[in-house]
Amino acid sequence: MSTQDERLELLQGTLDLLILRTLIFGPQHGQGIARAIQQASEKELLVEHGALYPALQRLEERGWLSAKWGTSSNNRKARFYSLTTAGRKQLLKETNKWKRLATAIGRILDPARKV
Amino acid sequence: MRFWHRRKEEEFDEEVRSHLAMAAQDRADRGAKPAEAASAAQREFGNVELVKETARETWGWGWLDRLNQDLRFGFRVLTKSPGFASVAILTLGLGIGINTALFSVVNGVLLNPLPFPKPQELVSLHESKPNFGEGSISYSNFKDWRKNNQTFVMMAIGRQYSYSLTGAGLAEQVQGELVSSDLLPLLGVKPVRGRMFADGEDEIGAAPAAMISEGIWNRKFGASKDILGKSLTLDGRSYPIIGIVPGSLRLNVAGFHESDVYVPIGQWSNPLLPERDAGLGIHGIGRLRPGVSVEQARADMQRVTRDLTVAYPEANKGIGATLIPLKESIVRNVRGQLLALLAAVGFVLLIACVNVANLLLARSLGRTREFALRAALGAGRARILRQLLTESLLLSLAGGSLGLLLAGWCTKVALAHLPQAMPRATEVGMDARVLFFTLGVSLACGILFGLAPALKISKPNLQETLKEGGRGSSGAKHRTQGALVVAEMAMALVLLVAAGLMVRSLSAVWNVNPGFDARNVLSFGLSLPPTMKDASSDAIRAALREAQTKLASVRSVKSVSLSWGATPLGSDDEDLFWIEGQPKPASENEMNWALSYVVQEDYLKVMGIQLQRGRFFTAQDNEHSSRVVVVDDIFAAKFFPNQDPIGKHIVMANKGGVAEIVGVAGHVKQWGLDSDDQNALRAELYFPYMQLPDQAMRLSANGTGALLKFDGDAKQVGAAIRTAASQINGDEIIYGAQTMEQIIADSLSDRQVSMIVFGVFAILALGLASVGIYGVISYLAGRRTHEIGVRMALGAKKSDVLKMVLNDGLKLASLGVGIGVAASLGLMRLLQNLLFGVSATDPTTFLVVGVLLTCVAAAACFIPAQRATKVDPIVALRYE
Repeated sequence: MSTQDERLELLQGTLDLLILRTLIFGPQHGQGIARAIQQASEKELLVEHGALYPALQRLEERGWLSAKWGTSSNNRKARFYSLTTAGRKQLLKETNKWKRLATAIGRILDPARKV
Repeated sequence: MRFWHRRKEEEFDEEVRSHLAMAAQDRADRGAKPAEAASAAQREFGNVELVKETARETWGWGWLDRLNQDLRFGFRVLTKSPGFASVAILTLGLGIGINTALFSVVNGVLLNPLPFPKPQELVSLHESKPNFGEGSISYSNFKDWRKNNQTFVMMAIGRQYSYSLTGAGLAEQVQGELVSSDLLPLLGVKPVRGRMFADGEDEIGAAPAAMISEGIWNRKFGASKDILGKSLTLDGRSYPIIGIVPGSLRLNVAGFHESDVYVPIGQWSNPLLPERDAGLGIHGIGRLRPGVSVEQARADMQRVTRDLTVAYPEANKGIGATLIPLKESIVRNVRGQLLALLAAVGFVLLIACVNVANLLLARSLGRTREFALRAALGAGRARILRQLLTESLLLSLAGGSLGLLLAGWCTKVALAHLPQAMPRATEVGMDARVLFFTLGVSLACGILFGLAPALKISKPNLQETLKEGGRGSSGAKHRTQGALVVAEMAMALVLLVAAGLMVRSLSAVWNVNPGFDARNVLSFGLSLPPTMKDASSDAIRAALREAQTKLASVRSVKSVSLSWGATPLGSDDEDLFWIEGQPKPASENEMNWALSYVVQEDYLKVMGIQLQRGRFFTAQDNEHSSRVVVVDDIFAAKFFPNQDPIGKHIVMANKGGVAEIVGVAGHVKQWGLDSDDQNALRAELYFPYMQLPDQAMRLSANGTGALLKFDGDAKQVGAAIRTAASQINGDEIIYGAQTMEQIIADSLSDRQVSMIVFGVFAILALGLASVGIYGVISYLAGRRTHEIGVRMALGAKKSDVLKMVLNDGLKLASLGVGIGVAASLGLMRLLQNLLFGVSATDPTTFLVVGVLLTCVAAAACFIPAQRATKVDPIVALRYE
């Protein structure tokens, strides 16, 4: 666990990936997604909740997410986002890309270590 | 679109709000105080507004939003400085307006297709003869052309003819066109009522028939419903009316004219009609088969005419066919002029734009702080640039709208004043293309004059500008303004030189001696009553003599002469002849040609033509005496060089044979004051009217020309002679009266119009350029107030200050004049065809114009210079 200041800032494109991944478990609203990312990363990642929304809009525009108004667990009106079929495909693509990237960089940084 | 826009925004707002509420709730649940919870949630979220804006951008209509913002802001800025805005809009309106007006003329005349179906298939037809490239087609040749060609769908011919219409109200002369049957179908004309001429109805010997125009149907027959079957009495013969031609027909092309009556050409009683080698002023038009090019048609017609030359070696020797695409034949005379005018008007617009650019530059200094601030607050350069360009475009679009209004009014006025000067004048108007042109020009102008100032402002030196309270004036800006003024002056000079050259051309042409005295000479037509149609030539001679005596007896008439054949600056007619003693040429095409004037003994008195040698005709040179002719000096020099032509004989091909030359007269400019000298056919031959052979004499009963010299008022004389003619016989008609002065003026009207238009543009350019230099100099002087104050405090006199400011202005002006002169020396060559009697590099014109422009510029600089001297040094020094 890291303190507020030491949390890592996310690279632009990766936020999309994380959102898509989070939504695998089912529809969620903005708040929930933010919370989920934070928790899943064990508070390593710094995500400004505000930055989430433009990303959500963008993903919705591209057709990878669909959105609907619904009620949250504490009875508040919220907009729920869910993955579309295209979104699922995109998630697979992005995940693969990310893994390859991570492996390549890892090799360069630590050539001896076998990943 | 905007409605959905707002809804989406509201939804997003709600989403964000609910997120914040949930986050706050969450924290509160975990034990934080409500206020703290809310602010912590807010902080965790980030900048709400920024988020909203970023989200908006992803929606893809950010640009529309920004445009809207820019437009509203720009509008506010302009309404805040109404003085600047109105000057700019007026200047632009003027420049764009005259461009639009001229373009609508160019559009109507050059660009728009002709008002006939598939006009690109139409060509005008002529016979090419050894002397004329575009000569009259003979009726017999036409029939063979029509039969033997393989590339035309239809061919038709026509010829003007004026008929005396009697038996329907007042006897009058009507404009008629003798046509072949397929003329109207070829042009896609459908009769309003009745039918058109059938095939074969145009043959010689067919039954008479006629079509009338809607105009005359209304005027003479009260648009009566049972017009078909009624008869028209033309030249004493009866023609049943078979159809009515729509009034919308615009037939003024290639020699054809809109007419009141259309008669099949076979009905023409001219005995020369079937003669294959007769030149009767017949013009032709053809419609090509679809897909056939003009080149293919030309080759085809070459074959046809070659075959005819073989079949009729005497008549058709050297006769070919000339085909000219119809549109080409109409516009080729005016195209050069119109394009020159378009260039001129483009210059004026450029000058207007330069003025507005200077205005913007001057204003921009007042706004550097504003934009420096915006840049400091985070506006990108592109954003500021866009804002400024939007302002310029607003100005130019406003100017464009004003220009449209101006153009509409201008074109209406112009067309009312010069209907015949321009072919297709009736087709000029505002249509979609003109509107698009105006829009395009407005946008281009906006970018043109807006770009330079915008580029300069949007890149301010932030620190310096915000610090110094806005006085950061850079020398670079002044250089641009100065350069723009120099450019303006140069362009104004070019236009002034062009206008000056045109003025000199026109006055040179006016001063050309036409060879006769045009003052108080009336030219008109006379037709004997239709009853004389079948009279003997002697009876006709007697009737004409009677008419001439009667007219000569009218009080204000000094002398009268009938005239047949050519008239100066009017129609032309040629005599063919050879010199006696030389062998008779094998065919007409090898004979000599001379302009033919068939006149009576008083002709020289009427026209004031000088008799150089020998004598003119007398009343004794008539049908009973031997034939005589009088020639002009050009004829004498050409055919009897270094000899005295008097006493020599020539043999005339169509006027009865041998004639003796009895006198030499001065040359008359037949073809035009400016164009006569270049024409190949200038030799002139006078023939006594009464010695006309019988055939021609009988024709003249239908309508002969006449000229008289009068005292007093032309209109009154016209009325008097009309009364005199009707006193002889109610059906004797005098028509088409015009003074010779008017005829000369008409022949120059083209030139005059060019001159006036160029002159107007040049004056506009001068005015705009003066305003421009005034603006810049007063602005520059204003910037130097501080400096002037210092100078005056140090002892400079008012006159020194005056000289200093004037010097600034004169430097710019003389640079502009210099560049302008250099440019004109090159450009005026392009106008060579429009000039007369003055060279394209005429030094006097250049000098006068240069001095004029410098003086005007100096005057424009004087006021700011004066103002500069009134600077109170103390005030100036106090100003920080």
